[in-house]
Amino acid sequence: MQYTPQDFKSKQEVKWCPGCGDYPILAAVQRAFPEICKTLGYTKERFVFVSGIGCASRFPYYMDTYGFHGIHGRAAAIATGVKVANPTLTVWQISGDGDALAIGGNHFIHAIRRNIDINILLHNNQIYGLTKGQYSPTSKLGKVTKTSPFGTVEHPFNPGELVLGARGTFFARTLDVDMKLTGEIMVASAKHDGTAVTEILQNCVIFNDGTHAHITGKTVREERTIVLRHGEPMIFGINRDKGLMLDGLQLKVVRIGEKGVTEKDILVHNAQETNPGIHMMLINMQAPDFPVALGVIRAVSDKTYDDNVRDQVLAVQAAATIKNVDDLLHSGTTWEVKN
Amino acid sequence: MPHKIVDIKNVVIRFSGDSGDGMQLTGALFTDAAALWGNEFSTFPDFPAEIRAPQDTIAGVSGFQIHIGSVDVHTPGDLCDVLVAMNPAALRANAGRTKSTATIIIDADAFEEKRSTRAGFTTGDPIRELKLEDRTVIYAPITSLTKESLKDSGLDAKAVVRSKNMFALGICFYLFNRPLQATFNYFEKKFAKRPELIAANNKVLQDGFNYAGNIQAIHNTYNVKPAKYPKGTYRNINGNQATAWGFIAASEKSGRPLFCGSYPITPATSILEELAVRKDLGVKTLQCEDEIAGICTAIGAAFAGNLAITTTSGPGLSLKSEALGLAVITELPLVVVDVQRSGPSTGIPTKTEQTDLLQALYGRNGECPMVIMASHSPSHCFDAAFWAAKLALEHMMPVMLLSEGFIGNGSEPWRIPQMKDYPAIVPPLVDAVNDGEYFPFLRDEKRLARRWALPGTPGLMHRIGGLEKDNAGQVSSDPLVHEKMVRERAAKVERVADFIPPLKVFGEQEGDLLLVGWGGTFGHLYGAVKQLQSEHRRVGLAHFDYIHPLPKNTADVFKKFKTILVCELNNGQFADYLRSRHQEFYYRQYNKVQGQPFMVSEITGAVNAIL
Repeated sequence: MQYTPQDFKSKQEVKWCPGCGDYPILAAVQRAFPEICKTLGYTKERFVFVSGIGCASRFPYYMDTYGFHGIHGRAAAIATGVKVANPTLTVWQISGDGDALAIGGNHFIHAIRRNIDINILLHNNQIYGLTKGQYSPTSKLGKVTKTSPFGTVEHPFNPGELVLGARGTFFARTLDVDMKLTGEIMVASAKHDGTAVTEILQNCVIFNDGTHAHITGKTVREERTIVLRHGEPMIFGINRDKGLMLDGLQLKVVRIGEKGVTEKDILVHNAQETNPGIHMMLINMQAPDFPVALGVIRAVSDKTYDDNVRDQVLAVQAAATIKNVDDLLHSGTTWEVKN
Repeated sequence: MPHKIVDIKNVVIRFSGDSGDGMQLTGALFTDAAALWGNEFSTFPDFPAEIRAPQDTIAGVSGFQIHIGSVDVHTPGDLCDVLVAMNPAALRANAGRTKSTATIIIDADAFEEKRSTRAGFTTGDPIRELKLEDRTVIYAPITSLTKESLKDSGLDAKAVVRSKNMFALGICFYLFNRPLQATFNYFEKKFAKRPELIAANNKVLQDGFNYAGNIQAIHNTYNVKPAKYPKGTYRNINGNQATAWGFIAASEKSGRPLFCGSYPITPATSILEELAVRKDLGVKTLQCEDEIAGICTAIGAAFAGNLAITTTSGPGLSLKSEALGLAVITELPLVVVDVQRSGPSTGIPTKTEQTDLLQALYGRNGECPMVIMASHSPSHCFDAAFWAAKLALEHMMPVMLLSEGFIGNGSEPWRIPQMKDYPAIVPPLVDAVNDGEYFPFLRDEKRLARRWALPGTPGLMHRIGGLEKDNAGQVSSDPLVHEKMVRERAAKVERVADFIPPLKVFGEQEGDLLLVGWGGTFGHLYGAVKQLQSEHRRVGLAHFDYIHPLPKNTADVFKKFKTILVCELNNGQFADYLRSRHQEFYYRQYNKVQGQPFMVSEITGAVNAIL
């Protein structure tokens, strides 16, 4: 079935603030889904969007798919239930940084640990928007907000580190403003079996405007970000003249053509490497010393939770003597009263 | 002198010892033997929270009480006829639970000075200290006789001493003229891979039995005849197992796969454990990261079309409150089981209580009514779970099923029903677009239930969630839409009264006093009514399996009695609820909050004090 982006737009009026980063994310997803369907042979009734609470969590209302708008922090748990109950469904979870990493942190890491086959879009604007401007678990240290008038005194999470710490099999990062890259990652996420987390660096035009501007700005983006693609050398820069190399156990930025460095010396990205060492270093690269890593950073294959559940049920059933409830009730020790 | 065999109708036996003495297994094996013998029985496992509590302390005493009889077994019994006390602490903890005519069997080896002192004895004569001189006390050196019995078994010293509970069980089997074969069979199955343990346990059991026959201390043994049961196939069942099986039955009858999202919590855990075994019947269980994920995975599974349940106890129910509201507003079928325990907070976690009723009724934000049901005995848990699931699925709403530690862990014989005698469960599924677009919150007139469109169905794409919506499913903060939806959801719950059986009265149908109860106190209240009737008291019992909504004939029943006495294991929560629902009556209360079930004598005493 051939879909267009229009097929994924619901009739509900979209109510985010003008200029919100959620708009391009929604558009990128709606554009990517026809391709996902085409590539994977899906029809649209198999999609379920699940969210928690927050600005981003209104997302399911705007997709013409099945949708469930949950409660704060619990999207991963609800999505898990949907997927385990009916593994033929394709489940997408939408959470903000507060929803996924503060109140829902526990569900987030356990979904990843189990490798449930769901796709998590983590909209990271480093602020609480819907409650009007309090700091979040990803707000930068020292960030001044309504609840941190003198600056925060707590270190932020780097979501990718959490994903790897929970033995995640897929992690990607994109920018709200880069709809092409977001779309490309959506397709990769859909293809991945297991929990696929995509962190989307998102702007909050009202309460945290410009929080990612130092890397997303048009003039600086190509110098301060690197788009990683499996099998391709890690090259970036407006002139494509910079790359990443290993220096001992550390990454370093080098300039191709200087000090004898050629393109052959540049690291080639291997998203399928099971050892998370390099992936962790890539995830942790920060401006201005390093480009921020975008693209699919990690995509390793492993059995999913829902596959394991299904296999276990089938294996037990193949050898079962109890086939129905009547059998069950008569199993074990019973006795007859004849009179 | 050959001993005399005396016929008796009922007997209560209590096995007690340290929490590591194997008293729960001993009780369970005595139960199995009673079941195969054909007795009526009711059991009450009464154990501490600690897996291996400090040795020889009162707090560490683990007990298992069983009431067997040929007739009229409604409870595990008030006081016991036989007490097995494996150590001094067990004797002290249970002395008050023995009848004045009781036989007390003690492990004499355990009553050395140091251990007696730990249990608070000071004189070297615990029996006199506890004023138990009129009881028949059998001082059996159980530990040393067990060691002697197994000296050639090849088992290590620890394993040998651990077998002493089987010696005590052998003594009890002799006392009640029970065949040992059922227990031999158990050992054979349990230790199939360790034949040395089969032989050892068989020997200790037989030696205990023989020992009791050889000593002169036992003058009479007792014969409790099989009960006159209706014809059928029977089994022993405990409440949590029955609850789990009731849901599996509902899954089979509805064709909806069963999903249980849960987090381990005493005393509810064994429902999850039982369901986890049942992959043969396609049951999916997810042991979650916390209680909230337990209910939220279940809500997700319900949205995806499963019969979804979550199981917990009071503290876990507190954690699930917000998600319960989500299930109410999304109008999804879900059953929440609360196997109540003593609170508040962690309370006395292994002890029984009925203190979560008001939490179940009212413990949520917003106008958030739910159907509340209660199981009233171990075997009734099966039907209660089945009907809770049927209501949830057919009326499209969450249902709370209250159980209690007492019935969850307790067991009784159960005539095995046939599934063909149970009704079909027909959820209002939509499988195609009938009248144009699908509107998630349009209702049928009979039940006010919305229709259920499952993800994966072409053409029925829709979005639901925690935000208020109109009947068409559009998000709405319109004041009048909100009020309309609040009232519709409440009316849907009230409408359930049309689909539940009328309140039944046990005992006198009208008269001087009506006992009112709910949940696991049924056996004690019923036993009390029987006894009071035999004393010519005009007393009846109305026991509520359906709490919200109440059966429609509730007021008609109440009207027929001069006095209403509401008996509960809390401070009067159901009485308060009845006061709000049926203000025209005056409710007296009898309450107990000790983490222990009622005794029949307490109820009869309370009634006699009024009449």
